[in-house]
Formats: sequence, C-alpha cells, structure tokens
Amino acid sequence: MRQALLIFSKEFKDYFVSPIAYIVIAVFLIVTGWLFFSTFFIFDQADMRRFFNLLPFVFALVVPIITMRLFSEEINVGSYELLLTLPVTFRDIIIGKFLAAVAFAGAILVPTLSYAIFISAVGDLDWGATLGGYLGAILLAGAYAAIGLFASSLTRNQIIACIVAMVICVTLAIIDQMLFFFPQTILDVITFISASAHFNNIAKGIVDSRDLLYFVSVAFLGLYATHLSMEEK
Amino acid sequence: MIHVEGLTKYYDDFCAVDHIDLDIKGGEIVGLLGPNGAGKTTTLRMLTGYFQPSAGDIQVKTHSIYENALAIKRLIGYLPESAPLYKSMIVYDYLDHVARIRGMSGEVKQRRIVELADMCALRGIMHKTIDTLSKGLKQRVGLAHAMMSDPEILILDEPTSGLDPNQIVEIREIIKKIGREKTVILSTHILSEAEATCDRIVIINKGRIIADGSTQQLTASKDGECQIQLGLMGVAAEEVVARLQTVPGVSRAMALGSDTPGIVRCSVVSRADRDIRPDLYAAVKATDWVLVELSQETRNLETIFRELTRE
Repeated sequence: MRQALLIFSKEFKDYFVSPIAYIVIAVFLIVTGWLFFSTFFIFDQADMRRFFNLLPFVFALVVPIITMRLFSEEINVGSYELLLTLPVTFRDIIIGKFLAAVAFAGAILVPTLSYAIFISAVGDLDWGATLGGYLGAILLAGAYAAIGLFASSLTRNQIIACIVAMVICVTLAIIDQMLFFFPQTILDVITFISASAHFNNIAKGIVDSRDLLYFVSVAFLGLYATHLSMEEK
Repeated sequence: MIHVEGLTKYYDDFCAVDHIDLDIKGGEIVGLLGPNGAGKTTTLRMLTGYFQPSAGDIQVKTHSIYENALAIKRLIGYLPESAPLYKSMIVYDYLDHVARIRGMSGEVKQRRIVELADMCALRGIMHKTIDTLSKGLKQRVGLAHAMMSDPEILILDEPTSGLDPNQIVEIREIIKKIGREKTVILSTHILSEAEATCDRIVIINKGRIIADGSTQQLTASKDGECQIQLGLMGVAAEEVVARLQTVPGVSRAMALGSDTPGIVRCSVVSRADRDIRPDLYAAVKATDWVLVELSQETRNLETIFRELTRE
C-alpha cells in the first residue's frame, strides 16, 4: 500500500508539472461554467442540478484526457520497464495511478465549489443535494478513470488511448438517451449500464446502494481489465 | 548467486532466447556479448522480471522468479538501454522517488542520495529536469537509479552505448568500482568494452550461448593451433610451401593470394605450444629469399566473436 501511495503522489504531482493539466482545468471550467450559467438565471432556481447534469458527458471527454498518459507515456518512453523492475506489484501501480487520476478529477471540481457558495448567497441552496452531487461526481470520475486507465494500458499512443476511453465513456453517458434504438426487452439492461441514470440519482441527493454499486463495479472492472492487460505484456 | 536453467522466450513464433543455462557467482562481472538481436536484452529483461520467460527458471539466491519475483526485484538494480527515465522530473526528485520506492526514508535516504550524487558525479545537475540532460548525464542518473538500494546484483543493458569516449571511460570506472563487491551483468556489442571490464564473457548468438569463459580462455588458440603469416620476395609460391613444410614443427603450409606483385604470401600452421618463428627464420635465412613479413596471428576477442557469430 505504501508503494501505491508513493506512485500516487508522484503521478499526482506530475499532473501539475505539465501544462496539459492547466489547460484541461481551464477548458473544463469555461465549458461547464458557460453551459451552466447561461441558463441559470432563466430557470431561476438556486440549485446546482443543471451543473451536475452536465458532468456525465463533460467528464466523459475530460477524464480520458487525464488518464491517457498514465500508461501510454511510460510504455512509449520506456520508463515502464524501470517501473516494473522496481519492487512494486501491478496492483500498487494500478491503484496509485488510478487514485492520482481520480484526485486530479477532484481537483478540477474544487473551483466549482465557488458556484455553490455564490448560489447559496443569492438563494436557498440545498447543501445535501449539492454534496451528494459532488460525491456522485467523484464516483463518476472513478468509473471513467478506471476505463481510461485500461485504455491507456493497451497502447503506447496517448491519442488512441484517449479516443478509446472517450468512446466508451461517452457511450455510458448518453446511452440512456438513445433508448429508442433498442428493443423493448433489453431496455432495463441498457438503462442500468447508463452512467448518467445512476449519476443523476445521486446528484438529486439520493444515495442509493444500487448506484454506488454501479460505479464501484465499473471502476473495479476497469482496474481488473488493466491488471489483465499488464499481465499480458 | 544467479542460476538460470533452460531459459526460453518466444515472441509469437520467433524464438529470441533458446534454452539458456547460466550460473553466475557472486562478485563476478559478466559481459553478455552478441550481435544485435542476439537475445541479450531479452535475457536481461527476464532476469530483472520485466518479461516472463516462455519456459525455464531463474533463481536468484534462493528465490525463484515464479514464486517471489518481488524479492528478486529488491536484490537487483537495473539500468535499461538508454536510461528511459521520467523526463519531466528533476534529477533530485527522481532519485528521491526511487529511494522511497526502494523503502528508504529520512536520514538514510538523504545520505544515500548524496553518496550516489558523488559517486556518479551528479552534484552539479541535481536541480535540472531530466529532459534537458545529455545522454551521458542521463546514463549516470540511470546508474544512480540502479544503485539506489545498494543492490547485490547490478544489471546494465548497454551502459555505454551512445556515449563519447570520455564518458565511456567514466562509466567503466564506475562499473569496475562497483564490480569489486557486487555481481555485475552487463550487455554490450562493443568488444573492447567487454575485454576491459569483464571477468567473464558469455557470447550469445541467435538466442543460444555459444561461448562462455574469461577473455584468456576464449582467446586461447582454437584446437591448439597457431597461425603464422610470411611475406617473401624473389621466389615462387610453390617453392616456399615445399620448403616450409620441411621445417620441424610445421603441420601445414599453404600459399595465400598476394595483392602486391612480387611478394609471395603464405601461411604456416603449427602446434600452439611451440614457437616455431626462430625455425622459420633460420629456414628462410639459409636461402636467398627476402623476408618482408613474419607475423603470428593473434586471436583477440574480435576474431573469436566474428568466427562464432558469422552466418
């Protein structure tokens, strides 16, 4: 576990060394800020529901950018070889890198806390629902990060890793809006694999074990697949 | 110290390493030699646990790679070819990170980093980003990485490739210094390097070991024979061969093609345990031929290497 934490701290610091992190943060804040506040005063409701509703889709684009380098870059540069010949297990590496990505996604969200503070100043904000939303956002980031990590472990090309992860994450994000393409019989299954449906439940402030289980399962599957992919090499 | 048995690695259908058996004692500096693509790097990568062998076993001390790969990784310091370090990190941060992963902390860690900085001459570049370092400097940082835990076994993959002559000498000095106490395995295709640094040389070709021994053992004449070349003027080749064959100690004489008109070249083979050069000279002196060349062919590592690895 100690090794995993060391890898986590190295990877997390690494994010702030490269300019990509700051670009991602800026773009994320501009896009979500604009989409959220452009309609905020029209709806005239002092809550952050509309902001959280954006997250499944926006994170599906942002998280793969965060995770794409985690393995691909190491494989490409060759430092992967050094990493694997240090006394660390695959599990340490995966957990360390995964936590770093989730923590960075969390760091991106920190500035948006100011939205909550401003809104609570102009109206009556439901803090329970808001905190639920942030919890959901972290879980969502975890599920996406595990998928992104897996995509990154497959290839030495970061762009490919990013696009593969985006395709899977965006699919999970929007599949519940495409239900009319699917036959009646599998609609329940499709709704269940949709990240948005589970996320929106939590974002309403309802923390249901089914939704928690969903995100934990997706994250676990992603990480397990990463482990298999590392063993394969 | 290291016991390798039947080590084999396939990349799909291609057999990169083919049933290698190797025993390495503690304190040896072993040079793994071979042409490009012979399987040196693959062998080293299996030793360090980066690759899983397709078959065979590696035991380091009492640990087998299948049962306790982590314990082996703790015993081994490894420098891959061209030192692929984290580019965006500062040298100090990098060494600090490695030290932590190697389980050091506080005072001990600090002292070790300073020691290595002195040993690998890194003091002046501790604050620089690895990306901006020259190849030689990167290699030294990589060496510091490999030696961080003061490992009992140091594995270096082409430690001097791409360095300038001064840097090569520096790295060799460091390797020799370490080799006094540690087991060092290094791969190279530079023969003079192996000759200069290694106690024992293992030549690999097409995934198999084709020679194994000290430089002296390897260069000792093949089949107990030694060759002497002569260059003569003012005589025909047949006459020379006929005369030289009668010299005591000569087992064979043959004419070689000559590239200079007027000079006859021939080669004489004798038993290695007897120096027949004085007899040859005496034989030539008795005639009126002009001797322009008389040389014993020395078999150095380079000739051995070429003989063994030629297609």
